[in-house]
Amino acid sequence: MEKRVVFQSRWLPYALLAPQLAVTLVFFFWPASQALYWSLLIQDAFAARTQFVWFDNFRDLFNDPHYIASFQVTAVFSILVTVIGLTIALLLAVFADRVIRGARLYKTLLIWPYAVAAAVAAVLWVFLLNPTLGVLTHLLRALGYDWNYLLNARQALILIVITAVWKQISYNFLFFLAGLQSVPKSLIEAAAIDGAGPARRFWTIVFPMLSPTTFFLLVVNIVYAFFDTFAIVDAATSGGPVQATAILVFKVYQDGVQALDLGGSAAQSVVLMVVVIALTVAQFRFVERKVQY
Amino acid sequence: MQSRIPGVARAIFAAALLGLTTQAQAVTEIQWWHSMTGKLNDIVADIANKFNASQTEYKVTAIYKGQYDESMTAAIAAYRSGNPPQIVQVFEVGTATMMAAKGAVKPVYQLMAEQHEKFDPKAFLGAVYSYYSDTSGNLISMPFNSSTQVLYVNDDAFKKAGLDPNNPPKTWPEVEQAAAKLKASGAACGFTTGWQSWVQLESFSAWHNVPFASQQNGLGGPGTRLEFNGPVQVKHIQNLADWAKKGEFTYKGRKDEPLAAFTSGECGMITTSSGSYANIKANAKFAWRVATLPYYADVKGAPQNTVIGGATLWVLNQKNPEMYKGIAKFFTYLSSPEVQEKWHADTGYVPITVTAYDLAKKNGLYTERPGFDIAIKELTNKPPTANSKGLRLGNFVQIRNIIDEELESVWSGQKNAKQALDEAVKRGNEQLDRFDKANM
Repeated sequence: MEKRVVFQSRWLPYALLAPQLAVTLVFFFWPASQALYWSLLIQDAFAARTQFVWFDNFRDLFNDPHYIASFQVTAVFSILVTVIGLTIALLLAVFADRVIRGARLYKTLLIWPYAVAAAVAAVLWVFLLNPTLGVLTHLLRALGYDWNYLLNARQALILIVITAVWKQISYNFLFFLAGLQSVPKSLIEAAAIDGAGPARRFWTIVFPMLSPTTFFLLVVNIVYAFFDTFAIVDAATSGGPVQATAILVFKVYQDGVQALDLGGSAAQSVVLMVVVIALTVAQFRFVERKVQY
Repeated sequence: MQSRIPGVARAIFAAALLGLTTQAQAVTEIQWWHSMTGKLNDIVADIANKFNASQTEYKVTAIYKGQYDESMTAAIAAYRSGNPPQIVQVFEVGTATMMAAKGAVKPVYQLMAEQHEKFDPKAFLGAVYSYYSDTSGNLISMPFNSSTQVLYVNDDAFKKAGLDPNNPPKTWPEVEQAAAKLKASGAACGFTTGWQSWVQLESFSAWHNVPFASQQNGLGGPGTRLEFNGPVQVKHIQNLADWAKKGEFTYKGRKDEPLAAFTSGECGMITTSSGSYANIKANAKFAWRVATLPYYADVKGAPQNTVIGGATLWVLNQKNPEMYKGIAKFFTYLSSPEVQEKWHADTGYVPITVTAYDLAKKNGLYTERPGFDIAIKELTNKPPTANSKGLRLGNFVQIRNIIDEELESVWSGQKNAKQALDEAVKRGNEQLDRFDKANM
């Protein structure tokens, strides 16, 4: 028989759900519906004139080859941030899990970057990699590598990927570490007694048992790369050179907040919303099947 | 996105608080939202304090509201929620947006006339006044911090390269020759530029008396088309591209970042804002000087005059007409020669009136700081023409981004100057269409 909690009162379950529902409605559904509505409007900055223009904002967007190109940039950026971020965090978590002395110190240091604001993180990396003054730039030059992300599209992308990954590693690390600590020690010991080496133990026992964590982080990281990285781009490259780092969310921010084109910006955020919903649905349909709970 | 909501909330809160305090006190408080940081912030507060001490009816409160785009967004949000500040400082690229909002702003000429404050348009420097006036020559916003473009030269690097720093390059071909010699003497970079769109296209066009856009560079209202893909601009950008290939010109970033390459001694020459004077003075460990912005001698009418950049003070419409009197009085105080001369000397921004300039001359400011007046000389070189009064483009923020992108494609060798400028004009015109659509 299935276990069921039966509420005596009819309204109690709704009352218990109400706070969460209210938060969701006010902070998620209402803004999203506003974005949908605004995307159909063209308005001047002071809201003196508002016109309903149906899908003109979207037509303008998709007629712009530069907007289409930024989809590709966003895809490359998001995949790199997610894959590199998860890999490094997992590696660090596995090491931190094995460390016995000074474990707390390592863990604390690894968690630090999460407390740094995105724009500050970008400025830190720009300091290190600035083509004129950067410390790492001098090092790279000494090694015969010409580092100048102001004109080199690939290097600019590398810069924002490094920053975005560095900033998110702490978060991934925490979840991976928690996941590792919940893997039963008895299983690992049993495998060790059977003669499995560390690599084998990791791939056959630990990694599959981590899969719920990994899946969760995959979704969170893709959402992070899509939505939370505009401050990094703004502070590091402003989308340049040319449009090499102009990811979709940065354009939303630039057109909406900096340039006050609210209709155009809302249309872009609707496009972004659709893309992320589609990606999340796809992940739950196809990737989640491989997750072992 | 996230930061917007608190910004709006804060604006509403501040405005609500203001409503309470104005009722409680006899003194009328005037809020002045600005974007001046560091030392400039102190100077702005000092101006407000001195005005407050000079009379008892009004109290100007200067409030830092974030960078230019942030304070503008905050002011617009406050206006939309019905509680605008009295004065907001808006950068020059926001001029068209502010001016299109006819019901939201109080033009300065109207304000001064209604409040019977003494106001003489002829007292202002022509290039400053024209940038912020309508087609009939009426001043819409109060000029505050204005700067223009100059050439800075590293004297020590010049001597090392066998060049005479007392005779800095006057024309662009001379800049190239000097840059080549600097390179030959072992310098990493000959010449760079800050604010590429502003220096190498916007002011460049005015300096050579060629249009940047139709309708007097947009001053004439809607329906403006960009025209900076003319032969003079294409030739110049192509020259820069060729010099970049030879390593004589080095691209160092879109905005103010290139300045560090000059102050560190890497680049021997830079064209950038005259407002960088104080920064270079504080950071350069070598002898340097200011020189006039270069031009092409074979372009007829060059040099004309440069255009300004910077910001002005906008008066937002007030429910309480009482406010206007105080704002007008404050503007009279602000534009007085003494305040302007001190502002000019303390900050490096140009004084907005001729009398303030004369006062600075009388005080010996320019013998003490050679080259400090070159910016003013460029601005007043000739009476402004239709091509050099100023620029007023809708969606200018986006247009500058487009220009930056297209220029970067030239410096990296993906496009030639003609292709890039044609494309920038095409994309920029789409932005102008969008703006006209939103504001018509």
